[in-house]
Amino acid sequence: MRIQAEHLNYAYNPGTEFAVQALKDVSLTIEEGEFFGVVGHTGSGKSTFIQHLNGLILQPSAQKKYKPKKPKKGSPVPPPSVLKIGDFDLLDKKTDFRALRSKVGMVFQYPEYQLFAETVFDDVSFGLKNFAKEPLKPESIEIAVRNALETVGLDYAAVKDKSPFDLSGGQKRRVAIAGVIVTRPEVLVLDEPAAGLDPLGKKELMALLHRLHADWCRTVVFVSHDMDEVAQNCSRVAVFSEGSIKYTLTPQELFSRFDDLDALGLELPAAAKVARLLHERGIDIASDCTPDGFAEATAAYLSSLRKKDGGCTDAEKDGEDGQA
Amino acid sequence: MKDVTFGQYYPVDSFVHKCDPRMKILFLVGYLVAVFLSADFYGLGACAVVLVLCVAFSRVPVRSVLRSIKGVLFLIVFTAILNLFFYQGETTVVIAGVSLQWGIINITVEGIRFMIFVMCRIFMLVMASAILTLTTTPVSLTDGLESLLTPLKWIRVPVHALALIMSIALRMIPALMDEIDRIMNAQRARGADFSHGGPVKRVKAIIPVLIPLLLSALRRAEELGDAMEARCYTGSQTRTRYKKLTFTWRDPVIGLLCAALIAGVVLMNIYLPPIL
Repeated sequence: MRIQAEHLNYAYNPGTEFAVQALKDVSLTIEEGEFFGVVGHTGSGKSTFIQHLNGLILQPSAQKKYKPKKPKKGSPVPPPSVLKIGDFDLLDKKTDFRALRSKVGMVFQYPEYQLFAETVFDDVSFGLKNFAKEPLKPESIEIAVRNALETVGLDYAAVKDKSPFDLSGGQKRRVAIAGVIVTRPEVLVLDEPAAGLDPLGKKELMALLHRLHADWCRTVVFVSHDMDEVAQNCSRVAVFSEGSIKYTLTPQELFSRFDDLDALGLELPAAAKVARLLHERGIDIASDCTPDGFAEATAAYLSSLRKKDGGCTDAEKDGEDGQA
Repeated sequence: MKDVTFGQYYPVDSFVHKCDPRMKILFLVGYLVAVFLSADFYGLGACAVVLVLCVAFSRVPVRSVLRSIKGVLFLIVFTAILNLFFYQGETTVVIAGVSLQWGIINITVEGIRFMIFVMCRIFMLVMASAILTLTTTPVSLTDGLESLLTPLKWIRVPVHALALIMSIALRMIPALMDEIDRIMNAQRARGADFSHGGPVKRVKAIIPVLIPLLLSALRRAEELGDAMEARCYTGSQTRTRYKKLTFTWRDPVIGLLCAALIAGVVLMNIYLPPIL
């Protein structure tokens, strides 16, 4: 499903002394099949934006008690907002938001804290039973739960009757993710899915997301602080700052815009950091943001030097690769 | 969930905000005494004047103060109805020739007067307490309480521990509110429905929120305990304070105001002809 947002605004506690403008004129289109990254600081509006995606935060016009206001005469008419996911119009209060939520799965930060049931099986099937229009057959529930648990890399027979609170941290997170994907959402939104994991756990989790993207959920939207994670995995990245989108870039472009990212106070991907240091010393290497891509580009650069004058020593090359 | 305005501090700079919390607590107690001593509308009128002064000098918008009445609206209406129906008065109200009296229900002129009196009384109690919590941060409120309860230490009541428990509890309320929001959102994303269905269904729907909330509260408590122990907290008697409470010129002023109010109410009770 295609996600389309135009001129989206949102304020918490509007009209009171505690009002906070969380989104300002946000426009963004995420095509079906993308692996889309969202980066930005705490308070940049990215969480507010992704909570819009499955109707947890509703625009005023989508709320039940909404009555359209007559525009004041003489005041400029703001451009009309649009928020559509597939065929769902999220600005319309008649939209069936429960149906939307079964199509757009949402994995919150530290999803393991949402586990509550006595067994892993019960917890994973929670969403499935909630979204079902009529009671499901036990067999079909079992198949779906088994599928979901195996997809996230857990042994169905070993964990299904365990209490989710007896599992390790990484396993809990997998169970929680299984509890979201069990309804086979077409869009999967994840808020900092790798937060608090060790490097190996992060790697495994990113591999899991790619597996999900390949054959489970067509579109993946994922929020992260870690620029390396974003640069290495996403097809496109939106950079949020102070409630609006500053840039929408590919990882390659992200790589070349390091001054802009620096100005927003965002950590650069490691490869970009090295490239920047080299740039300051007068060496420009164009590549994408992945360590592999950067190493290749560096190697190509060095061999071109060698061809030119044959004078570059091996020691220099090793040094640069080591940094990368 | 975000509408809970329990003790919501309203951050502005004003005369009332700057008063010592101990004095404000004493003032509130004195004010409540005055409200309860008032035997007639004269006394309540004097109390109302003081209340208006407090609101004016606190610079808190009247709307915010009035909002705190919402929580006790039911109580006010309930007592009002009870008084209206069952007050033992003499003059039964007659409307268009029909006497409003059915069995034990007897609506009298005195009853209506007394109902209004009681409503005003509860209203003022709530408003006065609201001003205290709106103008005093929870932390200085507990500091003030602890300081006022010092005499209890002499009979071995663990005042400091109690004050600490209270301030931690107050401190954790917003954190738990956020947590509730987060967990509810997470479960709603998995299709949980909190706003439809009968009472049984709704209570059942709360379980997926309650269990994670309880776990997270326990986890927080443990972490906080560890953090306090890591900083060598023992709750000993010799602890000193970072913020010392000090009286300023404002405090005798409101103390005198309070005393004058009580004296005035007592005098009015004695010398003015009763309305009730």
